[in-house]
Amino acid sequence: MESLTKEEIKKLKFQANEIRKSIIKMLYEAGSGHTAGSMGMADIFTLLYFHVLRHDPKNPMWEERDRLILSNGHICPTLYATMAHAGYFPIAELNTLRKFGSRLQGHPHRKFLPYMETSSGPLGSGLSQAIGMALALKMDNREKETIYCIVSDGELDEGQSFEAIMLAAKNKLDNLIVIVDRNNIQISGFTEEVMPLNNLAYKWSSFNWNVFEVDGDNFEELNNSIEQAKEKKGKPSVIIANTIPGAGVSFLENNYHWHGAVPNRKQAEAALVELENNTKNNA
Amino acid sequence: MLNHTLKLNSKLWNKDVGKESTRVGFGQGLLKAAIKDDNIVGLCADLTGSTKMSFFADKFPERFVQVGVAEQNLASVASGMAAMGKIPFISSFSIFSPGRNWEQIRTTICYNDQPVKIASTHSGLTVGPDGGSHQALEDIALTRVLPNMIVISPCDALEAEKATIAISKVSKPTYLRLTRDKTPIITTEDTPFEIGKANIVFIPEVGLASVGVIATGTILSNVLLAAKLLEKNNNLKIKILNLSTIKPLDSEAVIALAKETKNIVTVEDHQIEGGMGSAVAECLSKNYPTKIKFIGVNNRFGQSGTASELLEHYGMDVQSIMRSILETINN
Repeated sequence: MESLTKEEIKKLKFQANEIRKSIIKMLYEAGSGHTAGSMGMADIFTLLYFHVLRHDPKNPMWEERDRLILSNGHICPTLYATMAHAGYFPIAELNTLRKFGSRLQGHPHRKFLPYMETSSGPLGSGLSQAIGMALALKMDNREKETIYCIVSDGELDEGQSFEAIMLAAKNKLDNLIVIVDRNNIQISGFTEEVMPLNNLAYKWSSFNWNVFEVDGDNFEELNNSIEQAKEKKGKPSVIIANTIPGAGVSFLENNYHWHGAVPNRKQAEAALVELENNTKNNA
Repeated sequence: MLNHTLKLNSKLWNKDVGKESTRVGFGQGLLKAAIKDDNIVGLCADLTGSTKMSFFADKFPERFVQVGVAEQNLASVASGMAAMGKIPFISSFSIFSPGRNWEQIRTTICYNDQPVKIASTHSGLTVGPDGGSHQALEDIALTRVLPNMIVISPCDALEAEKATIAISKVSKPTYLRLTRDKTPIITTEDTPFEIGKANIVFIPEVGLASVGVIATGTILSNVLLAAKLLEKNNNLKIKILNLSTIKPLDSEAVIALAKETKNIVTVEDHQIEGGMGSAVAECLSKNYPTKIKFIGVNNRFGQSGTASELLEHYGMDVQSIMRSILETINN
């Protein structure tokens, strides 16, 4: 297993902060969208696109690429911003988010932006699609590729999630790694008040998954768990990533109001100042 | 008389006409298609025997996925497999797929335009004794409203087999509507089938028709028997269009029939609202406004009974269809 070097972690932190700046700018420009989850997942998307995934932004349809399925499509600002910074399309295009004619639809639509693996928005079906992809790889004895799937914690309220969780374990899909964005909020409140999820690690392990629980802003822990998950045979793996909704900007953090709201001009400016300071502090 | 150019079953009028279910036609078609194309995979939600996907699953266990009683997962897993180049057939009962998993079909299959084939059996009243909860009478409406979707409702087992093979070669999402009971074999191996092409199966011996009946699915056999009796007893000149592909609609054939007869009757084992007749009405009101008599289930649910008892109760047995057609002439 290869751990991240200090230099690599520093670079990833810088990159994640740049992606957060883009998220704030694009959500302000769009005037609507989902801020909390997008900001909270910036570190994980950065690690995936800048270190983990076998992919080639210059050849997006490369047959042997790893696939990343974003199930909770409403945090697509993170996906779009990370893909743009990784070189899939111009960063300037991020300002078209949610606008008429844009490739960056309010929720991801693959027909508009084919570099994404699927369309999403309605919750609970991304994991099933990821399982379909992992099953297809197994049928064809393709062992190089890994399927990654991002799901949110609130999304697990959907019963389909558990249909999928059972199937992946039954079929021993060790080429599938799920990351749960455990940020404890959903649109109308805290997850444990809206619909208690309780101990997610216990739930997934009782369905016979290989379970990791990590801090979502700890690049080293995240990367180590992904490395271990890739080596685990005979079981699918899930990484429950404890994230901070709105991470990176103090007044956005841990407040479910920001699940489906966006900053106004004044708030966006204040957020960008904080993020700029983060860059300086990390230098 | 039967349109002989279509090489239909010459024994159709015999009491001992051969019968088979369209689900068996599907099972055989899937097996034949899968032998030729390695990319075909099958997924089922615990109804492998009932849907006849078992023919495929027994022969190709390594290409078969059993998802359990989980139709939402069934549809979305198939979408993921299609994204990797597979041609997935998913099978269940119509009431569960597209009934239970409509949004997953919409978003993960149709919105992504993935070529998943939704083959669902036990549609319509003819499910019989299982009762109203299991009689899907809304599935045509649910599927034909979806962009990118093809909707096919075969008239017999042979047409179901041909349709199954044909849809496996077309890279579009497709709904294949199938039934449980054995029904008369109307076509032969030599009868042509083409997706999107409706065929005139019954024509007057001479002259133009004064009524055009459009039917979809296995109910076509009752429509043919009714037409034969009306031709003989009432000297009625009838044309019958077998509209097995409901979407895309063969507008040309529908409009031509309306122009000739100025009098259209639609027959389907489905709710009248939103079904095949509605598709015909949408086409004709735009292109050639024509009065239409809709035969189908009129804003009600089904119930337990034998298939023939139920068809009689809901007005789709031979006698009821005859009466309904005559009403359009007398009016």
